Amino acid sequence: MDSGQIALEETAARTVHITLKVNGAEYHLEMEPRVSLLDALREYLHLTGSKKGCNQGACGACTVLCDDERVLSCLALAVQYEGVEITTIEGVAHDERLHPLQSAFVDQDGFQCGYCTPGQICSAIGMVREFQAGLPSAVTADVATEIHDLTEEEMSERMSGNLCRCGAYVGIRAAIREAFQSEVRR
Amino acid sequence: MRNFLYSRAGTAQEAVSLISTLSNAKFLGGGTNLVDLMRENIEQPDALVDVTRLPLSGITETAEGGIAIGAEVRNSTVANHPLIRQRYPMLSQGILCGASGQIRNMATVGGNIMQRTRCYYFYDEAARCNKRNPGAGCDAIDGFNRIHAILGASEHCIATHPSDLCVALAALDATVRVDGPDGPRTIAFNDFHSLPGETPHIETALRANELITAVELPSLPFAKRSLYRKIRDRASYAFALVSVAAALEIENGTMRNARVALGGVAPKPWRAWEAERVLSGAPATPETFRRAADAELANARGYRDNRFKIELARRTISSVLSELAAPEVWQ
Repeated sequence: MDSGQIALEETAARTVHITLKVNGAEYHLEMEPRVSLLDALREYLHLTGSKKGCNQGACGACTVLCDDERVLSCLALAVQYEGVEITTIEGVAHDERLHPLQSAFVDQDGFQCGYCTPGQICSAIGMVREFQAGLPSAVTADVATEIHDLTEEEMSERMSGNLCRCGAYVGIRAAIREAFQSEVRR
Repeated sequence: MRNFLYSRAGTAQEAVSLISTLSNAKFLGGGTNLVDLMRENIEQPDALVDVTRLPLSGITETAEGGIAIGAEVRNSTVANHPLIRQRYPMLSQGILCGASGQIRNMATVGGNIMQRTRCYYFYDEAARCNKRNPGAGCDAIDGFNRIHAILGASEHCIATHPSDLCVALAALDATVRVDGPDGPRTIAFNDFHSLPGETPHIETALRANELITAVELPSLPFAKRSLYRKIRDRASYAFALVSVAAALEIENGTMRNARVALGGVAPKPWRAWEAERVLSGAPATPETFRRAADAELANARGYRDNRFKIELARRTISSVLSELAAPEVWQ
């Protein structure tokens, strides 16, 4: 090994030791940097709630929350998410009590096969938080003014990153509205 | 995906020094494009330098009255910033028309500018592509080319640049700040991306190991009245077939200033200089808007599946300009 190679090995690594904070617990892991956050969750931590649909950022089934923001764990390298509070579908309930959106999905038939559901739920939690932070959307008529009402059109646009091949969209929208009645008007 | 060496930089200078010691290395931003391309084996870097933790995440006013956006600011943060929403609404709208909520939370401004084409043949290892493999040929020109370019293409490449954000930056005459082995410099946004010509694999004016550190928007008061409109195959979460970013300054029915840029139609974010020439100083009427659109598209060339884009671009330009010139906007 020549000196250039040694210098290189000192600043970069083929495997990395990382600490991931998932659902309030810390995990010390060793993995190759190419491991996606989705694979780290499913294959290393055995948290299989987050689903691998397309593995290319097209379907949203792998959506998780990172510091309360929704992201696609399939396009995320785990090593980039060190130090970030990661919440998966396994972490949204409080003890034995379902998250209000989980209950609403049951009440409103927000799923058929259920494969997209963990991603839909994590995405909707992040989406409502974005709405409360005042983020406009592509269907907001005037981005220069405050937005006050999460209309059906606004909700559909903001949830467009989550596909449901069973077509349960009507139930999904109803569930989000039921769970976040007080949050969707500002 | 092939494995690679991973390192994380703390400052822009450190990132530049690090990448200079590595061979076949790339900077890594939000990863929404690069990770996907690596998984498809289209990008095969031996090393990545993670630049998402550099102190380049601010949006600040410049001494000249413009705004500087750090390269690592996430797309959704730009779209929701009050100064962007009020002063440059087409930039906020453009970003919000791109990708999905999840991807906008991940993608950085620097990465958005550096994203590669979505040409199917570029993404298909089995296809010929001059961008991936210079001199190999282009399977898009005689292939399925519905999403491809009608302006600025060459006989070597007809791929389009996929960004929405960049279309607004082109219209705004933004500047790209970079840092590199020879120190910092700036590049005019409209000179940043290259046309394919005979070298479609060369996509930007960046030199080896240079890093984008910020994008600067100049003061442009009339951009307060600006619009971004995107036409696509489905209502949301799809790349543009045609998009238009435009701003008009109208005084007594005459256009003092006009900015128009197009997306989805060219190998780079396309500033519509010909249209602007027609608009500037002319009456703000539908007739002028049509003439401007015709002027811009006079040299457009369609291929087997994308000829529809020429008329679509013409109509979208006219329609966006008409909406901007509507009397109620100017009251």
